[in-house]
Amino acid sequence: MEDGTKTLPKGTCSLCIRDLRKSFADVRAVDGIDLEVRAGECFGLLGPNGAGKTTTIEICEGLTTADSGTVELLGLAWQSNSEELRQRIGVQLQETQFPDKLTAEEVLRLFRSFYRHGLTVDEAIGIAQLEEKRKARVGGLSGGQKQRLAMATALVGDPELLFLDEPTTGLDPQARRHLWDLVEDLKRGGRTIILTTHYMEEAERLCDRVAVMDHGKVIALGTPKELIASLGGEDIVEFAISSSDPRVQESVHAVAAGAVAEIPGVNSHRVDKSLHQLSVSELHTTVPKIFAALREQGLHLSEFRTHSASLEDVFVHLTGRNLRDE
Amino acid sequence: MSNLETSSLYQLSLSRLKLTLREPEALFWIFIFPILLAVGLGIAFRNRPADVLPVAATTPQLQQALAADKGLSASLLDDREGRHALAVGTILLLAEQSPTGVIYRYDNTNPDARIARMLADQAIQIAAGRRDPVDAQDSLVHETGSRYIDFVIPGLLGMNLMGSAMWGLGFSIVDARQKKLLKRMVASPMPRWQFLMAYLLSRLGILAIEVVLLLGFARVVFGVPFRGSIVELLLIAVLTSMTFSALGLLVATRARTMEAVSGLMNLVMMPMWIMSGVFFSASRFPAFLQPIVRALPLTAAISAMRGNMLQGLPIAHMLPLMGNLLFWFFVPFAVSLRIFRWR
Repeated sequence: MEDGTKTLPKGTCSLCIRDLRKSFADVRAVDGIDLEVRAGECFGLLGPNGAGKTTTIEICEGLTTADSGTVELLGLAWQSNSEELRQRIGVQLQETQFPDKLTAEEVLRLFRSFYRHGLTVDEAIGIAQLEEKRKARVGGLSGGQKQRLAMATALVGDPELLFLDEPTTGLDPQARRHLWDLVEDLKRGGRTIILTTHYMEEAERLCDRVAVMDHGKVIALGTPKELIASLGGEDIVEFAISSSDPRVQESVHAVAAGAVAEIPGVNSHRVDKSLHQLSVSELHTTVPKIFAALREQGLHLSEFRTHSASLEDVFVHLTGRNLRDE
Repeated sequence: MSNLETSSLYQLSLSRLKLTLREPEALFWIFIFPILLAVGLGIAFRNRPADVLPVAATTPQLQQALAADKGLSASLLDDREGRHALAVGTILLLAEQSPTGVIYRYDNTNPDARIARMLADQAIQIAAGRRDPVDAQDSLVHETGSRYIDFVIPGLLGMNLMGSAMWGLGFSIVDARQKKLLKRMVASPMPRWQFLMAYLLSRLGILAIEVVLLLGFARVVFGVPFRGSIVELLLIAVLTSMTFSALGLLVATRARTMEAVSGLMNLVMMPMWIMSGVFFSASRFPAFLQPIVRALPLTAAISAMRGNMLQGLPIAHMLPLMGNLLFWFFVPFAVSLRIFRWR
């Protein structure tokens, strides 16, 4: 593997997107996006299906042309430097099927022949941990192995900038964790990685910074920690009130909402399908106060649980919807 | 790594070749089918002795006279039986004795019956003592090179090169498009023309086997002649294959589904199956169709192969045919490269 000699110094901009827009028919897939990805960071585009992640990343990969706005990769633009850019980036697309009747090794040898510089086929097989499957035909590989092969084809040119579009979608949990380990190895190797995902735990685990996308716009940007902290609390409390009379449900919720809203440590409150969700700091002192306030109103709990706040909660907080509602 | 190992055109072509050879169904259509077809046609159009025509006479003298001709088999029937046999078609002609001579009863719209009339009359006149003023002798032509099988083998080769090139390319390109493989390929620095050219080059590997197999079979089993240069014949086959690969490419440039590409493929190939003289001479089409017939690449390919194999013509004498094939190679390839749908 070649090291740092041709990569940009850490901290400079590997990918700059300015006011990017793209419509398909009457759908605004990308609606004015600005992003900067720094060299050496792993940047995540997080959002539900249809948020515009794939369109954005495919414009960056030079596969789709934008309606307006500019994209610069490694200081170069697609219009004038497409050949050089193709040599210097690596791409893993959603759902590419390599020919079933070629072996893993043959696929990699083919892709290696497109690049002037890069890894050897053996190195790529090693990184993707496909040593035992190198002679196996693509048709006989598992979903996880196919995905690792796809990643190896993206890496075989030793790219400075690596695009991974939904790398773990459709994989079982074990194969997903395996792939996460691979990406973490790549991060340690100092590569700039841009990945899209609709799994918040994937973004939290792999990404240095995350842009949360919805309806073609970036609705939040920051490190996973910053985004979670923006909720105002590190923990989420969820509870439901039992009521024998369905006609008074509405007023019961209003009473409960009123009772907990005033408690210090409760930073935000929303009701979704009769489930109350509170963003809370200092869980150990706040929870007893919630219990007390509800008891004071004569309300009975039918459910009560807490969890540490995640990017999922950030998304729910920003849009009022769950990530995987679509 | 060797130079070949790192050449993307070589790797692309090699991958395509491997993919074709690893597809058992394709192997059947490319290699086995044309031989089965040649065997079938060889059996159907084998050289038989000339047909013996069944006739009958109403008297033993007439029957004897008719039986003297080897081209006739004569039976003796009475008048009523004879007319019945004529009506149901078991005989072609009935010779009846009349007071003044002989009456031939036959259907003059049936060519075989007319031949029977001529043979029967000749036999009866000779038996009665006719002497022809001019001495005539037969010299029969059954030599190789003028038989139907000699004519049809170059036609089959041309048709097979067209079919395997077009189906081979069309389906695999649409398949790669559906599986998003094309999109993945153009996301890499692969030169696009090389991807398309690799399809054409990989065909040449298949072609070598295909041509040698069919022509070798024709040579060994039917004794089909090769009167021209074998090298030039292979050159014509290579050009033919490249031409139809380019056409296959053009047909598959935009299609997204197998159904669409199949339909287009048949649309393009059908006129050539009919008009390009695979099974019978294309000159049988009326004059106003001839410009179209001659413009078709399959006509040019088959004409050139027949010229080489049957007449021993050098390529230098068939330049218009080569020009036709080159045109149908360059134009579809150039157009494909421009309008190809990569996603």
